[in-house]
Amino acid sequence: MRLILITLLALALATVVGLGSTYMTATRGTDLGTLTIGAWTARPKSGTADIDPYSRASIVRSGELPIGTGDGIAFSATTDDKKKPLDGRCDVVVSGVTPPARFWTLTLLDRKGHLVANSLQRFGFTSQEIIRGSDGAFEIRVASRSRAGNWLPTGGIERYALMLRLYDTPVGVATRTQRDAPMPTISTVACP
Amino acid sequence: MIRLLFTIIAGVLLGGVVHLVSVLALPRIATQDAYSRLTPMTKLNAVTPLALADPNNAPMPFMDPAFALAICRYDLSGGPLKLTVPVSQAYTSVSFYTRNEVAYYAINDRSAGRKVIELDLMTEAQHSELPEDEEITAADRLIIDSPTATGLIVLKALAPEPGLMPQAQASLAASRCTIQTEAPPPPKQPEPAPPLPAPAPRSKR
Repeated sequence: MRLILITLLALALATVVGLGSTYMTATRGTDLGTLTIGAWTARPKSGTADIDPYSRASIVRSGELPIGTGDGIAFSATTDDKKKPLDGRCDVVVSGVTPPARFWTLTLLDRKGHLVANSLQRFGFTSQEIIRGSDGAFEIRVASRSRAGNWLPTGGIERYALMLRLYDTPVGVATRTQRDAPMPTISTVACP
Repeated sequence: MIRLLFTIIAGVLLGGVVHLVSVLALPRIATQDAYSRLTPMTKLNAVTPLALADPNNAPMPFMDPAFALAICRYDLSGGPLKLTVPVSQAYTSVSFYTRNEVAYYAINDRSAGRKVIELDLMTEAQHSELPEDEEITAADRLIIDSPTATGLIVLKALAPEPGLMPQAQASLAASRCTIQTEAPPPPKQPEPAPPLPAPAPRSKR
């Protein structure tokens, strides 16, 4: 009787530990093979055939299609440079330069990867429609109320993510540091 | 007491095994993956344009709203697939995914180097069956081996400004992906034709 009870306890523990850790890694992702530059994170291997099992699990769980390496690379940020989570009620400035690429797009998404509704139908910027300074640098203001210049509306949601996708770019599996890929800075300037 | 400790250790160790097995099995058992999501809204072995990414109904998460998208869901069991995608003004790319969403190949308009991206997609078995001389004469033909018989091809055209979206969609609408019904392997001939309004048997080669 005691033996059966103990076996059942061990099996129940195994199920909880095993499936729980799988759920955690599939939803939150792991740090396996990530490339982090400032607040931005990318998984260059996700676009290749030698993608790791954890990334595969999280991709099939979310239902997305990763960008192929011959196409481009996607960087995402959920915090600013000071590790403060991006808040849709604050004013966040994304500024600076981007790595070499033929085109890039910056998109605002909620944490599940959906676009955020706004009256302007503006979900992001492409490298061509952005207004730049005379030195080629740009400044995008991410805020809930309208701002002058490049304004990206947040719709006032509490937590969001920014996604910078580079297309036709040398940035990829071989990229390691900020020097190879100068990413724009993200800073929270004002919070109500 | 010691027995309880053993139980916990055994449970955690076994949990590690369960974890590894479930992570590896997840791609096979997932029901909400991109292929399953796209299956009801796409045609087999034909190009289906996707609706623009929209906050209320996006077919997949993490879509880029600046792109027009079209999907060719393929099944190579009836023969190799021929894909032609005219290049749009700004940027066009073609990405290949297996049934389990592994991106095994992607090419963009610049690396294709022409006005039209032309590709032949086949399984490794079909590739090795190709007559050798044909492979040489068709040196300008790009052949891609698909690791699985089924999968997804994603065609993307960038609209650098929102006003250019109709153009990007139009260039994708002109793309084709069709099964080449070939004569050479006679035993395979009586296979059921792919369920699509077949554009007349193309047996000229």
